[in-house]
Amino acid sequence: MTTAVTEKKPEGALASTANYLDERLGVGGILKNFGRKVFPDHWSFMLGEVALYSFVILLISGTFLTFFYQPSMTEVIYDGSYVPLKGAQMSIAYASSLDISFEIRGGMLMRQVHHWSALLFVAAAGLHMLRVFFTGAFRKPREINWLVGFMLFILGMAAGFTGYSLPDDLLSGNGLRIIDGMIKGIPVIGTSISSGLFGGEFPGTEVIARLYGLHILLVPALIVIFIAIHLFMVVIHKHTHYSGPGRTDENVVGYPLMPVYVAKAGGFFFIVFGVVMLISATFTINPIWNYGPYDPSPVSAGTQPDWYIGWLDGALRLAPSNLDVILFGHTYPFGVLIPLVGSLVFLGLVAVYPFIEAWVTADKREHHVLDRPRNAPTRTAIGAAGVTFYGVLWAAASTDIIAVFFQMSLNQVLISMQIMLIVGPIFAYIVTKRTCLSLQRKDREIVLHGRETGRIVRLPHGEYIEVHEPLDKYEMYKLVDFKDYKPTIVRPNEKGKITVGTRIRSALSRIYFEDRIAPVSKTELEQAQAHDHSPAITAGETQEQLTK
Amino acid sequence: MSLRRRLNGSRRSPLAATIVIAAGLLFSGGGYAVATSVVESNVATGYTADQIAQGKKLFLSNCASCHGLNSEGTEAGPSLIGVGAASVDFQVGTGRMPGQASGPQLAKKPVQFTDEQIELMAAYVASLAPGPAIPEAKYLEATGDVTHGGELFRINCAMCHNAVGASGALTEGKYAPTLTGVSGKHVYEAMITGPQNMPVFNDSNLTPTDKQDIISYLAYVDANDSAGGYELGSLGPVAEGLFIWIFGLGGIIAITVWLAAKSN
Amino acid sequence: MAGKDLERGKEAEGFEHQFESGLAVISQDKISDPGLEPHRVRMTDKSPKHAKNAERQVAVLFLLSVVGSFFALWAYVAFPITDDLSTVRANNLWLGLGMTLSLLGIGIGAVHWAKTLMPDFEVSEPRHQTRGSEDVRAAAVEIVKLADQESGFSRRKLIRRTMYGALALFPLPALIVFGDLGPVVGDSLRHTMWKKGTRLTKDPTGIPIKASDVTLGSVFHVIPEGLAEMHEHKLEEKAKAAVLLVRLNQEDLIEDEDKKSWSYDGIVAYSKICTHVGCPVALYEQHTHHLLCPCHQSTFDVTEHCKVVFGPAARPLPQLPISVDAEGYLIAQSDFLEPVGPSFWER
Repeated sequence: MTTAVTEKKPEGALASTANYLDERLGVGGILKNFGRKVFPDHWSFMLGEVALYSFVILLISGTFLTFFYQPSMTEVIYDGSYVPLKGAQMSIAYASSLDISFEIRGGMLMRQVHHWSALLFVAAAGLHMLRVFFTGAFRKPREINWLVGFMLFILGMAAGFTGYSLPDDLLSGNGLRIIDGMIKGIPVIGTSISSGLFGGEFPGTEVIARLYGLHILLVPALIVIFIAIHLFMVVIHKHTHYSGPGRTDENVVGYPLMPVYVAKAGGFFFIVFGVVMLISATFTINPIWNYGPYDPSPVSAGTQPDWYIGWLDGALRLAPSNLDVILFGHTYPFGVLIPLVGSLVFLGLVAVYPFIEAWVTADKREHHVLDRPRNAPTRTAIGAAGVTFYGVLWAAASTDIIAVFFQMSLNQVLISMQIMLIVGPIFAYIVTKRTCLSLQRKDREIVLHGRETGRIVRLPHGEYIEVHEPLDKYEMYKLVDFKDYKPTIVRPNEKGKITVGTRIRSALSRIYFEDRIAPVSKTELEQAQAHDHSPAITAGETQEQLTK
Repeated sequence: MSLRRRLNGSRRSPLAATIVIAAGLLFSGGGYAVATSVVESNVATGYTADQIAQGKKLFLSNCASCHGLNSEGTEAGPSLIGVGAASVDFQVGTGRMPGQASGPQLAKKPVQFTDEQIELMAAYVASLAPGPAIPEAKYLEATGDVTHGGELFRINCAMCHNAVGASGALTEGKYAPTLTGVSGKHVYEAMITGPQNMPVFNDSNLTPTDKQDIISYLAYVDANDSAGGYELGSLGPVAEGLFIWIFGLGGIIAITVWLAAKSN
Repeated sequence: MAGKDLERGKEAEGFEHQFESGLAVISQDKISDPGLEPHRVRMTDKSPKHAKNAERQVAVLFLLSVVGSFFALWAYVAFPITDDLSTVRANNLWLGLGMTLSLLGIGIGAVHWAKTLMPDFEVSEPRHQTRGSEDVRAAAVEIVKLADQESGFSRRKLIRRTMYGALALFPLPALIVFGDLGPVVGDSLRHTMWKKGTRLTKDPTGIPIKASDVTLGSVFHVIPEGLAEMHEHKLEEKAKAAVLLVRLNQEDLIEDEDKKSWSYDGIVAYSKICTHVGCPVALYEQHTHHLLCPCHQSTFDVTEHCKVVFGPAARPLPQLPISVDAEGYLIAQSDFLEPVGPSFWER
């Protein structure tokens, strides 16, 4: 006799659907494991989401555009509604972009949504990267995720550059010309790469279609893959959380995925989309009709790339004059090569920073509690210096706009920025580090003696004191729970040798941790409380008690 | 006639050489003046002697301190001989003249003279020597070929003034000003006179019809708001990037702070 | 590097593996963790009236979204596009605003629902060490060892090494098929359309220019004769052949002895393609005689063979030797004597 397991017949539509899916996909298991997964709630954790949602918006609006845009450089005479270009000769790519803007209902809207969303995507990704940096979220076990995120930032720039070059207008065409000039300057292989990219001489008839293939196929595919890896790692590592009561490196404190996060994060997608839609409905972006079709002869004042490429353009502008070097019959245009190589070095440093810091601290534990930036003064100062360096290069891309807008001399603006590029990061490092240390001292003060309330009380024996309000234990814990490191001294290894590596590491550890403010210890707190209690004035005592 | 007379004197008058030389000078000089005046604006407005005299009075009281009593120029201002009525109409008509504070470039200011006064001063300066005249009204109407005007504008003007005339930087604090709201007449006059560091676009370079096409293009751009919405100054990606950081990302961050905050 | 001299950090209790803590200071005197904060009750938790209000607010937001969607649908047809540009602007605006309302309604509604009505009890979920437990790692190692044994990967050196060789080389044909992306560069960068006798003509019309047309203070944007009528390779030729033409007073020009014949009566012609990275150097300042490139602000001095006086360019603009023909039209004496545009390796 067989004992069959009788299945309960599911009742209701929802139950039968769930049953159907579970029997084929095992969704029950997925729901069980992930349905109540805990995510911490902080606004600074949502920046990555903004980038993700912007990407989704790009996919949606981009798909619409692919139905109307044609990536051909074949010349055609325009006969659409935009009067100042009627009868003008232009590429089909430019003409189809004009048609999207002027002939198709919703075309202008989708084009603007796509472009505004692209600007937002890279901005949000960049700000998210800064948040991760300044809170130390790149530490073990997330170093690889940092690299994945870095790749996403680079891919975002690539997607944007290939994308805004597609309309083949005067502004983006001059951008391509600049890229071609830079590529030609690369030693040995430069002219071959240029010929390969453009299919011959600039501008050729191939490049727009090639950029199109990169823009709609290769780069988005890579972005999707990297996003998947990025999010997968967030799932297996679980999200980090800020320090605070009940938060440790062994747990994650927050709200369950269902229903809170489904509602908040899902709702946030609609909000981001709504904001982008609002901006796209009301503000013009990239008015290609004003620039005209690309031609190597005309050029517009105020020729800049989109903001995220700005730092590279600024690097080109800041290079000094007359830096060509001719050696053994070959030309090395250092005026172009130094910005190019310098940018790559900067990016390289950004990419490997987690590994440098891990090497210096030798801290191999997993870190899931985030640092407040002030509690890692050297890291924050390095970040501030890096941001300043990037920011000066970014501002340098708009020297002519700054000059004409603020009625300054173009030449003086440029020279000032050349100076700021060197001086700025150094200054930023020093000021930021000192500020962090001061803020840490302030935190110590508050923990030990409470917050200054500004209330002055006169004691019976004549002394004036300011009433301090002690922190409750929850607030206090936030201020004392942070990682503290000591610099190391040089020690010989097993063979008795002191290696160069050890020396460098020791020196770096001194730079990082010599100036350190340790968190308040229990003994210190007890001593301070005992001391403060002598005139027995705390805010816990009521007004009546004080004036008795 | 005796032989002596025939041998001593010639059948030519003693003044013949002088007359021939004078005639030669007149023809070559006049011919040159005609030849060069072909490249200037082809409108010759006749000014009366009375207008010129009144213009001279205005000139002496308002302009001579910098431009010299005879318009020969001083350290403070260049000579006005040969600049033509168009220069006066442009410079004074846009308020750039009378010039004030020194700096890399003269800026537009509120116009200080009436149209009649400007015409009188222009008459006086035009009387000093041939120069570009005030353009004919028919070339100032915005009925030209807007497409051709746009093409010419992008090749000849956009590099300084920006693709839609939103202004642009030159070196050492100089700039090409915005063309928004500038009258067709002043645009024409600027092209023909080349004020300050702007090059001269004579009629062989840009014919009067070309100039009218450019004026028509600018008029179209002025009259038609962007189809995409507010233009952020038509300054391009710099303005757009600032906007997305400050208002786009800034606004979204404000929303995230609300989103993650505990509700009451 | 991380030798036995480093402190062993006290990793989490309950975690199997203890990691080294390096330079971290492990305090024995830490202020203790007070545990999760007590839950703060919201108005909507305490008061049914507030909860009902919140519910209504969420519903209104969702309804506004519905209104927005319908409005967008209506605006799509109600604001058709004609030749008049303002219809495009109107369609863009109202369709966009409708969609904005439709999206924001859902978004703000969902978030408001979560914030006010969904439970906001913070919960704590334990983490597992990312590192596998010793058992798991041991099992993994066993699997790999078994795979190695069964395949003979470590043992069979010949197979292993030839496999490496094969895998290293097979991608190369995949790369070489990109060889026809573009033609071999050859001489193309060294030659332009300019030849002896080519007339200088105006850009874009192709009308020839007489020397007498070029007055003091003017600038002409020039293309070679024949370019305006071209159909194939027009932009490629223009990208090398574009020229600027200005007239200076002869005494203002400082010319090299061997290049004195390249100018005509104070008229000089220079390549318009910037020697920095190739933008058109189009801004001419009439009084300073400077040419300014708008892309990166390289500045060239026309009085002195367009040498670089500011900005990142490294070489002066190449000069086009000019003369006049029998009818007074400006002509080139030859092609440029050096490649135009940005520097490159083979230059």
